Amino acid sequence: MYPDDRRYTKDHEWVQLAGDRATVGITDYAQKQLGDVVYVELPEVGRALKAHEPFGTVESVKAVSELFSPLTGEVVEVNAGLPGAPEGINADPHGGAWMIRLKLADPAEAEGLMDAAAYTALVAAEEK
Amino acid sequence: MDTAPGTLRKTPLNAVHRELSAKMVAFGGWDMPVEYSGLISEHMAVRQAAGLFDVSHMGEFTLEGPGALSFLQRVTCNDAAKLTVGQAQYTALPLPNGAPADDVILYRKGESSYLMVVNASNTEKDLAWLRSQEPRDCELADRSDAYALLALQGPRAQEILQGLTSIDLPQVRYYHFAEGTVAGAPATVARTGYTGEDGFEIFVGPDAAADVWRAISAAGAERGLKPAGLGARDTLRLEAKMCLYGNDMDETTTLIEAGLGWIVSLADGKDFPGRPVLESQKQAGASRKLVGFEMVGRGIARHGYPALMGEQAVGAVTSGTYAPYLQKNIGLVYLPAVRSAVGTEFDVDIRGRRVPARVVPTPFYKRAK
Repeated sequence: MYPDDRRYTKDHEWVQLAGDRATVGITDYAQKQLGDVVYVELPEVGRALKAHEPFGTVESVKAVSELFSPLTGEVVEVNAGLPGAPEGINADPHGGAWMIRLKLADPAEAEGLMDAAAYTALVAAEEK
Repeated sequence: MDTAPGTLRKTPLNAVHRELSAKMVAFGGWDMPVEYSGLISEHMAVRQAAGLFDVSHMGEFTLEGPGALSFLQRVTCNDAAKLTVGQAQYTALPLPNGAPADDVILYRKGESSYLMVVNASNTEKDLAWLRSQEPRDCELADRSDAYALLALQGPRAQEILQGLTSIDLPQVRYYHFAEGTVAGAPATVARTGYTGEDGFEIFVGPDAAADVWRAISAAGAERGLKPAGLGARDTLRLEAKMCLYGNDMDETTTLIEAGLGWIVSLADGKDFPGRPVLESQKQAGASRKLVGFEMVGRGIARHGYPALMGEQAVGAVTSGTYAPYLQKNIGLVYLPAVRSAVGTEFDVDIRGRRVPARVVPTPFYKRAK
């Protein structure tokens, strides 16, 4: 069920690569764990991020969750419509509710992330 | 607080929740449903139609015997002498410092027979405290295992329940109760709740709980009823500004500070721990006060976040959430009494970021009568 056109992190984020650009969002599993999302905070364009560095927060009615940059790079675009309509994260986590686009420092860094099969296995293990 | 899942206690409705694929969490030592279809849709169902909650984790004590009332007058702060048979009362168990050991609902079931419903996580503590106050000429018993408790809340609660019960519900006034049957099972039905809506709390034996739940669900399905979890229960009670023990009050906050002066009776015959403190705070005012606020800036305040005025930390948020019906970010905070008037502006420290907030009138939400 997880699209195989992208890679995944153990923090339940997805990364879709196109050359040296990476689009980042949270997975369907992550939004289900959170419940109804009511708030999202995203970084400014131009922000330099290291892999694993927090870049924002997403909050459901009950929980606060930090967002971590999956890779090292610079924020070149943010989904500006998302903070005004955070419920989109529940409705379309793998599509319209993407969060940021990075210009990667080193596209090869993405090879360390999981593919869809590995991520599906991770989710299956967590759901047990 | 979190314990391994295997050690959590289960209510008689645990299997029903799992059939409904509820998201389960540990709460006060219990394995409880936090949401079913989604917190916001459950919250809205209760405001607009009805919601059905399992609150069987709550503790129940019985107090029976000729000395019951005089014991209650010594251990609770509201005036238990005012209760008629069939009436319920919101009250608390004050400690010598004027803070509550717990807030409870007291039901007068007979001439000298009372039922006390206590918070789940306080059940053992409350029982030990009450025993230490030495009940005389009455029997105090923990009967928590003898009851399942369902809350049916919302504007359509009465029409849903009426077809299932022998009790004439319009005759049951707010904070009153009646005995009868629900879906064929012996039940006590009280017009009480924790949501700010009309509704009922239904006590049944544990063996009948699943059948009663299913009967109410079936009767409510066409009327917009949804099963609702602890998540919606928390946002509903906060919109109605009902305090949550352990969040908005505890053993360090007096009942007056928590805004519960209305349940502190100074009538003759009321001689409870903490009365001198509460009496003087009732007259002179407490130095701090629990008030409601709305976020002015973007962000959700959460329990424990500091409240700032200038460079000074002046208090802490006790409850904070996105309010699904009001579509605002709201909360409760202890502020210095002299700086707590409606309209007062302060900042909430949201994980290192200062976000403006403003004291507002409460309750945040009040249903139309």
